[in-house]
Amino acid sequence: MPEILRSVGATERWLMVVIVVICLGLSLATDTFLTLVNLFDLLNYSAVNLIFAAGLLVVLIAGGIDISFAVAASVVQYLVVTILMQIGGGNWAIGLLLAGLIGFSLGAINAALIYHFRLVSIVVTIATFNLFFGLLMFFTGGVSIYALPGWLSRRIILFEHETASGWAEITLPVLVMVVMLAATWFMLRRLNLGRQLFAMGDNPEGARRLGINLGAMHYLAYGWLGLCAGIAGLMQVHYAREVVPNALYGRELEVLAAVVLGGARLGGGRGTLLGAVLGLALVSITQNGLNLLGVSPFAFRMIVGLIILIAISMSSETLRGLTEGLRRRRIREAQS
Amino acid sequence: MPEPDPQGVSLLRLAHVSKRFGGVQALDDIAFDVRPGEVLCLAGENGCGKSTLIKVISGVHRPEPGAVMEWDGRDISGLTPSEARALGIQVIWQDQALFPEMSVAENIAFERNLGARPRLVDRKSMRAEAAAVLARLGVDIPLSMPVGRLSIANRQLVAIARALVAEARLVFMDEPTASLSQRETDALIAIVHRLSAQGIAVVFVSHRLKEVLEICTRVTVLRDGRLVGTYPTAGMTQARLTELMTGASFDYAPRPETRPAAPLLELRGLTRHGEYHDIDLTIAPGEIVGLTGRLGSGRTELALSLFGMTRPDAGTIMWQGQPLRMRHNRDAIRMGIAYVSEDRLSLGLVQPQSIADNTVVTVLDRVLGRLGLISPARKSGLVRDWLTQLRVKIGQPTDAVSTLSGGNQQRVVLAKWLATAPKLLILDSPTVGVDVGARAGIFAIVDELARQGLAILLISDEAPEVFFNADRILHMREGRLIEEFTPARSTLAELEEAVHA
Repeated sequence: MPEILRSVGATERWLMVVIVVICLGLSLATDTFLTLVNLFDLLNYSAVNLIFAAGLLVVLIAGGIDISFAVAASVVQYLVVTILMQIGGGNWAIGLLLAGLIGFSLGAINAALIYHFRLVSIVVTIATFNLFFGLLMFFTGGVSIYALPGWLSRRIILFEHETASGWAEITLPVLVMVVMLAATWFMLRRLNLGRQLFAMGDNPEGARRLGINLGAMHYLAYGWLGLCAGIAGLMQVHYAREVVPNALYGRELEVLAAVVLGGARLGGGRGTLLGAVLGLALVSITQNGLNLLGVSPFAFRMIVGLIILIAISMSSETLRGLTEGLRRRRIREAQS
Repeated sequence: MPEPDPQGVSLLRLAHVSKRFGGVQALDDIAFDVRPGEVLCLAGENGCGKSTLIKVISGVHRPEPGAVMEWDGRDISGLTPSEARALGIQVIWQDQALFPEMSVAENIAFERNLGARPRLVDRKSMRAEAAAVLARLGVDIPLSMPVGRLSIANRQLVAIARALVAEARLVFMDEPTASLSQRETDALIAIVHRLSAQGIAVVFVSHRLKEVLEICTRVTVLRDGRLVGTYPTAGMTQARLTELMTGASFDYAPRPETRPAAPLLELRGLTRHGEYHDIDLTIAPGEIVGLTGRLGSGRTELALSLFGMTRPDAGTIMWQGQPLRMRHNRDAIRMGIAYVSEDRLSLGLVQPQSIADNTVVTVLDRVLGRLGLISPARKSGLVRDWLTQLRVKIGQPTDAVSTLSGGNQQRVVLAKWLATAPKLLILDSPTVGVDVGARAGIFAIVDELARQGLAILLISDEAPEVFFNADRILHMREGRLIEEFTPARSTLAELEEAVHA
């Protein structure tokens, strides 16, 4: 096994194999999958979900869960675009700063409720999910915004290349995604704060006895997800070039399933960024492939659901269990 | 007036320490001292105040006014947990505060990660620090292995290593040997002596009196929150120590030899690859068969197959003269086999549920009234019967099981299984975490059950326990039965020598 693969966990290796197989199949079955235009489009589209995934991973590692982040991102979209239009458009730096700040504040609301009132995170975030979404629909009346600041409505293109099938572009969300993933990785793996998050998710009582500030860790985890969600929300506006109040509704479960598929444990203490990225990649590539194959969009969710079920039940531990059972049966048969 | 320290040599000295929780006097005027580098034992039954005393010393609880607490001759009353740690007082709790997903190195050196200010993780020096501490303990554990994959004994060593990183001068070990085999216990005792030689005092809390007498120089006995006294272990016997702890005396004698009846259960060549091999075993009604051997010898694995949880690969199980094939443990329960698991806390009981609900969970079909709903009258009748018969000390049957002491919890587990009216009762390590007085009570019940005609398979890694409570003893090693003892015709020393060889 090459050195670089040895440090990669079993779940991640398994996901890589599945992704490679699916990619090979799609390359052979369609002539559009393996084109620069399609792959770049896939990347541009997935950037938003990847930023969500990085944030959600932090909360899962810390032993919590959050259902509200996608609608929180919708709230951020509305507030940031409204504020930007008030101040005459602003620029991308101001936009990202505002989105991160408002997102962090919304995450902090979750942290405060969960930590100070000792409430269960899934219950709190189901409540704030409804609260955020309800407030958004109430105040906007469900009306979309199409008038965007200039820098946001013209896509910022970082790289472009003309191919036989059209222009292949990489846009701003991809760069932002890379930065957010790197920051999340650095925080989780290289900073003492990230290690304390892992410790809290792994054994909360042990963490408390060691003197880890559990309150601060809650604000860090949910705040980080809020920050990621806010920035992802803004990037989604950049991608879609409009603000639709229910555009991100339902995205939370899609991202959650992908992150868990990537090996993060509900209950805390375990999870890798690589796993989350691969889990999300598997889901996105499948959707993209089904689209290219001309499968009805109504069948998408069913097929994605099936793939997640199969991938999770085929994880390396289950495989080991299956082979162990077969071995025993062979021994029994050989003896009788 | 606090008495002056007679020799002026105490590392820690307490006097007049009391602690009240609501109406309960948990500690009453305790005096306690620890000398540098000594190994002291804190003995007493569950609920006698040992844990409260440790918590006072580690700053978790504050004693009532008037207490004297000195460290190196300096006053330390009003201690907080972080101050206690800074002084070098470390507690290794029974439910270790480790992080199972993290590596051994990170667990040991986790203190470096603490603090709210963002800082880079220095893996290299963490590993170096962990390696140095493990070397100091003289043990070899792979540094990058997740702690969750270590044996319980090795986890304990990691917890001890973490305490050493924090420059401990006084280490409390709360029942460190409760789930260790004899060999692991011996290794731990060697470590304790090593710490002691490095000038670190160790206070050892244990139920195993033999161990206490072997490794400690002095023993402090508490009973009902009061100090009974501190005694040198030289010249102390287990019987005397038990008497001090319980305030009552017990005498031990092996059971008289009996003539076995026709077997209820008979195993012939039972094998499950990698777990146990070629097991021949019979148990008759009214007989108590002891099964002993070190942890990992295959005892529990065999029990799980007898209870239908796993399927043997070869051999036969005869039940009342008929071959028995079980697909799952519901078959076993239907045949009249009951299994009281080793891991009472997580597998045997639903801790937050009531005593009554825990008792009837195995026989829900027998407490149904009309319309197939649970009849409260039948349920409480059944619960009352069993709780009385087993002499469980409880407040209300509706109290949560988690409010009971270890011994009483074990009785509730027994009640739950006896309610199924079993013919064979498998008891797997029934006294783990149960104190001396309550142990005798449990074995009195077991004896009574055998008299009523129940066949009992008693699994334990404590040789005295099987020696004094079983009619026959089977010794298991590496998945095979290697010897049989009859207590009436052999001695405890012979058995212990065989098991620990």
